[in-house]
Amino acid sequence: MLEITSSRLNPLVDPQLHVWGWEIPVYLFFGGMIAGMMVLAGQAMRRLARGDDPEAFFSVQTPLLGFVLMNAGMGALFLDLTHKTHVWAVYLTLQPLSPMSWGSWVLLAVYAALLASALVRIDVAWPWLARRFPLTMRISDWLTARATRLRTLAWLNIGLGVALGIYTGILLNTMVARPLWNTALLGPLFLVSGLSAAAAMVHLAVRVLPGRPAPQGAAAGALAALWQTLGDRPPAAAAGLSLVRADVGFLAVELVLVALMLAGLATSTAAHAEAVGLLFASPYALPFWGFVVLLGIVVPITLQALELGHRIPHTVLPAALVLAGGFALRWVLVNAGQASHFIAP
Amino acid sequence: MARLGMVIDTRKCIGCMDCVVACQVENDVPRGYCRDWIVSEVRGEFPHLAMEIRSERCNHCDDPPCVDCCPTGASHVEPLGKTVQVNPDRCIGCKACVAACPYGARYVHPKGYVDKCSFCLHRVKAGKQPACVSVCPTSCMSFGDLDDPKSAVAKLLATRKWHTLLPGAGTKPRVFYLE
Repeated sequence: MLEITSSRLNPLVDPQLHVWGWEIPVYLFFGGMIAGMMVLAGQAMRRLARGDDPEAFFSVQTPLLGFVLMNAGMGALFLDLTHKTHVWAVYLTLQPLSPMSWGSWVLLAVYAALLASALVRIDVAWPWLARRFPLTMRISDWLTARATRLRTLAWLNIGLGVALGIYTGILLNTMVARPLWNTALLGPLFLVSGLSAAAAMVHLAVRVLPGRPAPQGAAAGALAALWQTLGDRPPAAAAGLSLVRADVGFLAVELVLVALMLAGLATSTAAHAEAVGLLFASPYALPFWGFVVLLGIVVPITLQALELGHRIPHTVLPAALVLAGGFALRWVLVNAGQASHFIAP
Repeated sequence: MARLGMVIDTRKCIGCMDCVVACQVENDVPRGYCRDWIVSEVRGEFPHLAMEIRSERCNHCDDPPCVDCCPTGASHVEPLGKTVQVNPDRCIGCKACVAACPYGARYVHPKGYVDKCSFCLHRVKAGKQPACVSVCPTSCMSFGDLDDPKSAVAKLLATRKWHTLLPGAGTKPRVFYLE
């Protein structure tokens, strides 16, 4: 028998660590999804630069959608901070061993890349802005004048997208005190999950958001640019199918990575085996197996495979499930990870 | 350069919590929070029981994960005594250090920044012992330079059997418990 009694009862720390609530899973989810959208946009921009697909809808407007979601994610992160008035301190230094530090600098580069990418088709997305601020049009013209520039922007999107996606996993991975996060697979897992969520989000937006010519005014144009973030033309059916096909691949890889993560932790030290046990027998088990694995991965793969085989009608249900599953993955891992700890010898 | 550490004799500690109260008064720790605390650990089956009472706090680790993960440098290793300190003016309250500490030694101060035991560095600079050490009625706590073979802490570690908390976490703690 081992009985431990402690006089400590610090808020957010005892009896179990719970310093991070809903804000961090939301931030990690949006961050991963934006990372995936940048990779998808970069890939489509490469095609655009080659002249293969001049009307590629998700190459020109996806960054604008990413920019909107980025602000939502950063807003959630800001809400989590308890010493908000000192947030500027992040940009006074670069701490090489802190993923949060270099991640903060990567986020600045991501903002810049998303804005530059959004300007590529600013005349279509927000005509009023392009007319009122000719500089935006000049940047747009400069970017699209040569295929090399567009290709550079494409690779910048892909590189920063991969860095951002992996960063969201490494952020947790480096905290040695939480055995559930002590797996190098978290980075790739969050990246692939982000790619999957991005494909689902773009797919969902294509089906749900209206595609029509942008209003001309300042306010209406701004709203339209944010709402019609995928442009004024309805996408080709083949584009939608390519997203579904990509999503099936991402989800399959995600499933393999989840299995490897569980196996790796279960066969590691006693602390890691106990930590992974939280996903099998604790209040986190049902959300993990029910929402993350079953509804978030297995069901969408099955439905999308049936859709691609023309066995069932094409719906937005799999995309919605993938998004819910992507958020559930972050929610479960952030919360169960905080509950995991090293055990006394 | 000194490498400050603490040695606590668990055979002498009676869990009176004088150290806890002294710390709260000295460092103006807000009500409901603590920088140090008492842990009682009972092992075995009745009547064959063994009990250890410990006064616990930040371990001022040689390899501190809280410092590594801090995005602003607010958590840092102070040159004086190589102790781990927090600069409230640099802390943004991201709480990464709280999650990274395997000992639960940190907390979020009601003012928003993260706080923890400082080994009473302000007292050490004035040539005094930390508040908890100075008030201990059983003198179970010793404080000093671990690298100085003539210091009381170094002599105790050289002559007595000791352990640290959660050695498996790999942080190399500098608070030692004599058995």
